[in-house]
Amino acid sequence: MGGHVTEIDDRSQDERRRRLEAIRPRLVSFALLHLRDRAQAEDAVQEALVSAIEKDASFAGRSGYETWVFGILKYKILDAMRAQRRQGKWEPLDEDVDDDAIDRQFQQSGRWQPSARPTSWGEPEAAFENEHFWQVFDACMIGLPDNLARVFSLRELMGLSTGDICQEVGIKENNCWVMLHRARLRLRACIERGWLKEESA
Amino acid sequence: MMMCKEATRLMSLKRDRRLTFQERLSLRLHLAMCGACRQCDRQFALLHRVGEHYAIGEDDAPDDDRER
Repeated sequence: MGGHVTEIDDRSQDERRRRLEAIRPRLVSFALLHLRDRAQAEDAVQEALVSAIEKDASFAGRSGYETWVFGILKYKILDAMRAQRRQGKWEPLDEDVDDDAIDRQFQQSGRWQPSARPTSWGEPEAAFENEHFWQVFDACMIGLPDNLARVFSLRELMGLSTGDICQEVGIKENNCWVMLHRARLRLRACIERGWLKEESA
Repeated sequence: MMMCKEATRLMSLKRDRRLTFQERLSLRLHLAMCGACRQCDRQFALLHRVGEHYAIGEDDAPDDDRER
């Protein structure tokens, strides 16, 4: 009876390792969006995978394994971001500088520039299932200034509150809201240019 | 009268904190009249959901029997 149970455990462990290998690229690209450094992203994923394998036995749920691994990776990414900040690798914030990329989307009056007027992206589910959408999203994230990308990914990819982000990044909540506004406007413009224009081409 | 740029500020802000009554009202009024801003609001809503699709793969939608 005992041997039977062990056999099932072994098989499910092999299965989980296969699943880890399968999601590795997605883990790396997720880490890269936050850390913006290939080597550091690989390191964070490596640590998360080791941690996942070590804690494997304590993971009792049969499904949601990938989500659980992403949860581990989030802590590794936060650790790495804190290290980046401690080591002075972050550029100082220019909070009061106007953002040209945003200003270009609007007329002096505050109305949309005709060329920048948002158009429909269709159903969100269709976008999320579209490989090309994710390629464009990644490219647009990489194109964001580091400061904006960091705040955006903490908020929208990790789901931290702006209060928590202030503590992690060391800014006032008001600046956080300004940065998120800028990040969202830049991303929407970038995605619209890169995705829809090619979809219809 | 609120312009589109200011409206996008409130569209963004409402994803991060609860708007005041006054903010909600002026945003609703603007959205009722501005189709481009309604699209922008939908785009921000979509961006707000990218996280869930990153962490959860196509073949591993969480079941209800997951350990909590």
